Amino acid sequence: MKAFSFIQASSLGHAAAESAAMGTSFIAGGTNIVDLMKLNVESPSRLVDVTKLGMNQIESDSHGNLRIGAMVRNSELAEHRLVKERFAVLSEAILSGASPQLRNMATTGGNLLQKTRCPYYRDVAFACNKRSPGSGCPAIEGHNRNQAILGGSEHCIAVNPSDMNVALMALGAMIHLHDGKNERAVPIQDFYLLPGGTPHQEFAMMRGEIITAVTVNAQPKGAKSLYVKLRDRASYEFALASCAAIMKISSGVVESVQIAFGGVGTVPWRANRAEQSLKGKAPTTQNFADAADAELIGAAVQSENAFKVELIKRCTVYTLSQLANGGAL
Amino acid sequence: MSSKVGNSIGKEVTRVDGPLKVTGRAKYAADHNLKGLLYAVPVGSTVANGKIVSMNVQGAESMPGVVKVYHHHNVSGLYSGGDHAHEQRIPLSDETIEYYGQYIALVVAKTLEQAQAAASEIKVEYSAQPPTVTAQGLGNDLGQASARGDAGGTFASSPVQVDANYSTPTEVHNPMELHATVVDYKEEGFTVYESTQSVMGSQRGLMNQLGEPQERMRVVAQFIGSGFGGKLALWPHATLAAVASKDLKLPVKLMITRKMAAETVGHRPGTHQRVRLGAEQDGKINSLIHEYGSESSMGSGYRENCGEATPSLYGAQNLRVTSGIYHLNVGSPTAMRGPGAVPGTYATECAMDELAQKLGMDPIELRKMNEPKLDLSNGRPFSSRHYLECLEEGAKRFGWHKRKSTPGQPDANGNIHGYGVAGCSWFAGRGWGDVLLELLDDGTASVACATQDIGTGTYTVVAQMAADRLGIDPHLVNVKIGDSRFPPGPTSGGSTATAGLVPAVLSAAENAVVNLLQAASTDSSSPFSGISPHDLALTNGFVHQASQSANSGVPWGDLLKKLKRKSMSGKGNSQYASPDQTPVSMHSYGCHFAEVVWQPQLAQIRVSRVCSVIDAGKIINPLTGKNQIEGAVIMGVGMALMEQSIYDRQSGAPINSNFAEYLVPTHMDAPDVDVHFLDYPDFHINQLGARGIGEIGLAGVAAAIANAVANATGKRVRDLPITVEKLLS
Ligand SMILES: Cc1cc2nc3c(=O)[nH]c(=O)nc-3n(C[C@H](O)[C@H](O)[C@H](O)COP(=O)(O)OP(=O)(O)OC[C@H]3O[C@@H](n4cnc5c(N)ncnc54)[C@H](O)[C@@H]3O)c2cc1C
Repeated sequence: MKAFSFIQASSLGHAAAESAAMGTSFIAGGTNIVDLMKLNVESPSRLVDVTKLGMNQIESDSHGNLRIGAMVRNSELAEHRLVKERFAVLSEAILSGASPQLRNMATTGGNLLQKTRCPYYRDVAFACNKRSPGSGCPAIEGHNRNQAILGGSEHCIAVNPSDMNVALMALGAMIHLHDGKNERAVPIQDFYLLPGGTPHQEFAMMRGEIITAVTVNAQPKGAKSLYVKLRDRASYEFALASCAAIMKISSGVVESVQIAFGGVGTVPWRANRAEQSLKGKAPTTQNFADAADAELIGAAVQSENAFKVELIKRCTVYTLSQLANGGAL
Repeated sequence: MSSKVGNSIGKEVTRVDGPLKVTGRAKYAADHNLKGLLYAVPVGSTVANGKIVSMNVQGAESMPGVVKVYHHHNVSGLYSGGDHAHEQRIPLSDETIEYYGQYIALVVAKTLEQAQAAASEIKVEYSAQPPTVTAQGLGNDLGQASARGDAGGTFASSPVQVDANYSTPTEVHNPMELHATVVDYKEEGFTVYESTQSVMGSQRGLMNQLGEPQERMRVVAQFIGSGFGGKLALWPHATLAAVASKDLKLPVKLMITRKMAAETVGHRPGTHQRVRLGAEQDGKINSLIHEYGSESSMGSGYRENCGEATPSLYGAQNLRVTSGIYHLNVGSPTAMRGPGAVPGTYATECAMDELAQKLGMDPIELRKMNEPKLDLSNGRPFSSRHYLECLEEGAKRFGWHKRKSTPGQPDANGNIHGYGVAGCSWFAGRGWGDVLLELLDDGTASVACATQDIGTGTYTVVAQMAADRLGIDPHLVNVKIGDSRFPPGPTSGGSTATAGLVPAVLSAAENAVVNLLQAASTDSSSPFSGISPHDLALTNGFVHQASQSANSGVPWGDLLKKLKRKSMSGKGNSQYASPDQTPVSMHSYGCHFAEVVWQPQLAQIRVSRVCSVIDAGKIINPLTGKNQIEGAVIMGVGMALMEQSIYDRQSGAPINSNFAEYLVPTHMDAPDVDVHFLDYPDFHINQLGARGIGEIGLAGVAAAIANAVANATGKRVRDLPITVEKLLS
């Protein structure tokens, strides 16, 4: 780790102004950025702490929409009564990730921006197009068991590792950004950038912008939601494949459905094609499988991760079946 | 002289060092923050096969706090570590690189952070060739390890045959406490606080490598956060810390990182095994052929002795075990819990299951059918073998009769339950060593020996042994171990330390008692003056006339005070016993029964329940003993389903060198574990009949789980770990 100076931001304006200097990063819970600093993957010379700027409330309006402050800790968000009652998928996703200690530290904003766990990205001895643009991608020819099958490019196949963001993706959240003067909102589907030829550009936000909040709209009445995460061990591991789904069935057909995949995409993956394939159809195992297939047409597999195609399919069918059978809230 | 023994042996005595550990007062190697301490951080190679062309250390040297940077140009005068160093290369001896992470420099600075920052500024240019990190075939032939009869011919003519290939991956010990060394060099010599499974071995290794005499090398390891074999040998970081401390004349601390733990301090090497079983229709095995190749480093001859248990476990009249080795660009391998027997029984006990399936026979019946009357590998009788009783007892406790021979019906949650069984075996050896026992005038006793407690309970069982003979509470025995200045003691390896300590501690206690009774008889200030020592006894801590009750006598502390003596001591020792030196075949046996839950929709497998029955002689402490087996079973769950060190094919780096990606079981992965000891003493090994228990618990677990997976899924996965892609394919 390199020596750095630490600045406690006292207002959004202060934080934005401080972040103008080169080599400045924000720190919230620190569970990701400190890790990366120890590995010399990130080496900011200045850290601006944004945890004392408020933004730590969960508020609900009269329509049941939720505004989650960027500093709300993951554990608090997961255990919040309104979240558990109306956005179960979000609570389940968060609780399936990391450990209680980490969730107590991790913030909503920090989680949205957490970096890939690709081992080549996390070790400066290796080339990596995301960390060091143009240097190459050893993952493609290397250990790629846990790399992405959706959204990759010849430059990068690193998975976005978050669980929370998969649920937020299914919920169609809005990300609120502040540059010290103005706030703007970006739909989560536009927030995560596919690697393409620029894997180092990951988020649709500008230098110095601060995430202030995430908003999610009330889900259709009668819709049920569920998050299912698959991994090699029972706890404390990132997903090999995960599925967040919110589905409403009426008169024997799928009236509305939102599906997102985790562990398989270079970004939290909204399964638009699967949703389209399923809308208006009967909630049968076959239709669920067809929906997954529709999404996975574009899957590109590597030497070690072809199994993820089958795994995410099973995960999707299982999640939707549970919802259809009333096995979830 | 008659002396009644007490009743500490076989009792569930809580750890005598427990309070120190749970209150944080137990000092581990890295806890020795000496005055003027400097911090050392090694720099590892980022190529696995090549040469250092140039190294620029000037930038690092001029950074704040940096005291010195060591590299192959300024380190010399080191020698081979001999058998006590499993890394054959002398650290920083030249520009040759044979594996990824090999130390190429050492930065010493005033703080850890300064040393780390400087280490990342060292610029190295290499000339590198592609590394070889994957094994082919069965390796360079090392010949036959055991043979009898005509194994090939009888296999060919056997009506029922199993011929299968199995593999186990490289595994990393990953003890909780990382390897750490604090070296305090003074004119008179070195004091080395080392996380080691052998203070004697580390002392010897450091003496060899630094060319120092024994009296100048003291190694201290009072508490160790486990080792699993990874701390049996000396590793280069310890030598380098000693080099720096001697050069700078200041204490130096070096603690490796979790990443380095996958690179430079040994691992269980990957194995590739072929097992052939030829049997009659009734299950009688005619032929057993076990061939294996073991991965190794470029310079090491270490091979995983996969045939450790094979020749003596079953009664096949015709048998052949052969081994091979692959030299790869990886760090040197070393022993890991149950070396050889653990990967070996994985293969053979899976093959037994496959044979049972082919025969349509219950796997337990198949084992009964092939129980040998004596050890066919050497014709010797078994010292104490109750393998079949283990299987019978385990079957009862586990509910084996509920097993279906093919995958059963799903339960209410759609899950299928699979049952599997496997046997296990581990040689019973006895470590050597000396012990000094002192009876003190405050009524306590102390036992000194240069052995160590790696977390297994050595402090406690030594206290029990002494307390048992002296008739006092084990908590009144002060066990002094973990220092090479004590009388030389056994290594904590091979499950031989406890078995070796029994004769040493008991004879030391006996001799101390003899000496005390002698003094009581002859010293004029003694109440027993003039009474023959043969008519005196020590019972329940009291010295008394043998013809009278213990209570009629005097506690030894009071007697010593009367004699104006601070203490009375006795020495004892134990001779090394290896399996081939004994006229009997000494092994421990056992079996594991596993239940797995298979969720077919999600291709998810978890282990729900394990029952282990172990025949390891007399169990000195069922509490710490059970803990050994339970831990081993959980380790076996990791071995079966998740553990593997993965080498990046291009760079040769162990690429998953952290706990997020090198998976071990979490609490939620730990099954219910039922441990049962048969507790039959084996008096061939020592007076208490106690064999070792540290390793046998891991042998066979992965096979039992793999067999249960096959039973649940109908699919036989032969390459560990059994991960989801193998079950999906
Ligand atoms: C061992 C381990 C296991 C884990 N397992 C999982 C898992 O299974 N599933 C999972 O989803 N996650 C997992 N995580 C990741 C964890 O969820 C993230 O580390 C955490 O959510 C990050 O939040 P933070 O507040 O600590 O972020 P920080 O580390 O403080 O910040 C992360 C990044 O966000 C930036 N940032 C933070 N807040 C703001 C803001 N308000 N505006 C702008 N920029 C900001 C920082 O500059 C930094 O770049 C794991 C982490 C660890 C260490």
